[in-house]
Amino acid sequence: MITLTHFMVVSAGLFCIGLFIIVSKKNAIQVLLGIELMLNAAILNMVAFSRYDRVNNGGQMFALFAIVLAAATTAVALAIILNVYRRYKTINPDEINQLKDQ
Amino acid sequence: MVQVMFYVMSFVTLGSAFIVAAGKNLVRSIFMFFITLFGLAGLYVLALADFVAVTQVVIYVGGILVLILFAFMLSGKQALAALDQQKSKFISLKNFPAFILAGLFLVVMLNIILKANAPGLQWIQDAKSGHNIIPVNESMVNNIGINLMTRYLLPFEVISVLLMLALVGAAHLARKEEKV
Repeated sequence: MITLTHFMVVSAGLFCIGLFIIVSKKNAIQVLLGIELMLNAAILNMVAFSRYDRVNNGGQMFALFAIVLAAATTAVALAIILNVYRRYKTINPDEINQLKDQ
Repeated sequence: MVQVMFYVMSFVTLGSAFIVAAGKNLVRSIFMFFITLFGLAGLYVLALADFVAVTQVVIYVGGILVLILFAFMLSGKQALAALDQQKSKFISLKNFPAFILAGLFLVVMLNIILKANAPGLQWIQDAKSGHNIIPVNESMVNNIGINLMTRYLLPFEVISVLLMLALVGAAHLARKEEKV
C-alpha cells in the first residue's frame, strides 16, 4: 500500500534538488528549471492529499490552477530573460547587478 | 504491483532530477527535465489523479518545455559559450554551500514528514471512515468538471484573466525595442 508518507518523501527530495539547482547554477534558464522542480514538488503533495477529498476535489483543482500559473510565470520569466540577455549579453544571475545601463 | 510501479516512477523522477542538477550541458538537462515531468505524471496517475496527469503532460511537456527550448535557442551563441566555461562538478568546492543547504533542508523536511504521520491525521481518518476517498476504479474527470463550473467558478475565471494578462505581458516584454 502506498501511503501519503511515500509521496511526501518523494516530494521533499524533488524540492531539495530544486533548491540545490537554484542556489548553485550560473544560468538563469537552469534556475528557472529549479523553480519548476520546486513547484512540481508542491503540486505532487496537493495531488497526493487530494485522494482523501472525493466530493470537492480541492487538491486536484488547485494543482490544476498551480500548473496554469506555472505556465504563465514561465512565459513572463523567459521574456524577462530574453530582455536581460539583449541588454547585458549574459544570463548569469551573478553578473546582473544594475538596474539600468549607464 | 502498484507499489513496484510507484518505486519505479519515483526512482525515474528523482534520478532524472539528479541528472538535471548534475548535468554540465544545458540542453541535456532540459531534456532530462522532460523525463522528470513524465515521471511526475506517472506519480499523479498512481495518486489517482488522472486528469491532473494529462494536464501535466499537455501543459508542461507540450507548452513550458517547448517555450524553454525556444528561449534557449534564441539566447544565442554567447550563452552557449559561457555555459561551456562553467565546469560544474556535482560536488565541487564552489557549490559545496548549496549542497549543504539542500542536504540540511532535506533532513529537516524528512524529519517533519516522519513526525507528522500524515496517514494518521484526523481528517484523513474521517475521510476513510466516511467513504470520502477516491476509489481505484472510478474516474474523477466528471466530478472535476462539475466542481470547476460550480464551486471553483470564481478562481477559474480569475485565473483565465490572469493567464491572458501574463501572455500579453510576456509578448510585450519580449518584443524588439524600437530605436528612439
